[in-house]
Amino acid sequence: MEKAHVDLQKQQAPTPVETERTRNRKVYVPKVDIYETREAMVLIADMPGVDEQSVDITLEKNILTITGNVEAPIYDGKTLAYAEYDTGDYQRAFTISDEVDRERITAMVKNGVLRLTLPKAEKAKVKKIAIKADK
Amino acid sequence: MFGTGAWRLGRLMDPYAELSRLRNEMNRLFSLSTPTFVQAYPAVNIWVGDQEILITAELPGVDPEKIDISVLGDNLTLGGVREAESLQEDETYHRKERNGSRFSRTLQLPFRIDAAGIEARYEKGILKIAAPRAPEDKPKKIAIKAA
Repeated sequence: MEKAHVDLQKQQAPTPVETERTRNRKVYVPKVDIYETREAMVLIADMPGVDEQSVDITLEKNILTITGNVEAPIYDGKTLAYAEYDTGDYQRAFTISDEVDRERITAMVKNGVLRLTLPKAEKAKVKKIAIKADK
Repeated sequence: MFGTGAWRLGRLMDPYAELSRLRNEMNRLFSLSTPTFVQAYPAVNIWVGDQEILITAELPGVDPEKIDISVLGDNLTLGGVREAESLQEDETYHRKERNGSRFSRTLQLPFRIDAAGIEARYEKGILKIAAPRAPEDKPKKIAIKAA
């Protein structure tokens, strides 16, 4: 009774106000590996249930956002008898440096793993400086 | 004459604002600390139908050739290897959250399954194993005779 009463009232927003998603689905943070090579930054994200159509990557200013939409699985004539994991969308954002060559970013999805290659801009590439021995 | 301590500040200090700030801070702390416990890997969901059982597991980035599924009675074992990235000499990790290791897990199913009829599919990083019920374990419909 008391619970029903509470639900009818206006809900106070948490501060600071969070932006909400329009899809009423759970959102998970994919696990990622990020490594740097001489030529590029490579980002690998585990997103099971996602394919190349349902993943979305945006780069705005220096915020790289990865979004993956996963539809809830439904199997006709079967009921979920035991569950250890739940499905939902994926979302994660990173700030990246300006030294990425935006034109050549490539992304690939295979077996539920997203692989993003962010090539370094020419000016940011490491130049090896030889140290001369003092004779 | 005006008492001691901070209360003398009167209007300058609102004890309720301080309390609500503390409450928000505590709520934030507790919401972050979700219970962590060691879970068997991979996590599975089991769907049961009249004729068959469907086991799904999230296994991103596994070579399907390297997944082993074996059945003994009503026990089903799935094992495999999740290979870690191999980095070159001058490559360094900024962040490493994905784990690469060998896994093996045995599940006891609610009924015996027909090992010959098992079908496993791996797509989008999700493994789906459909196993029919063993014929002797299928539910039988019992007709009620009118007296």
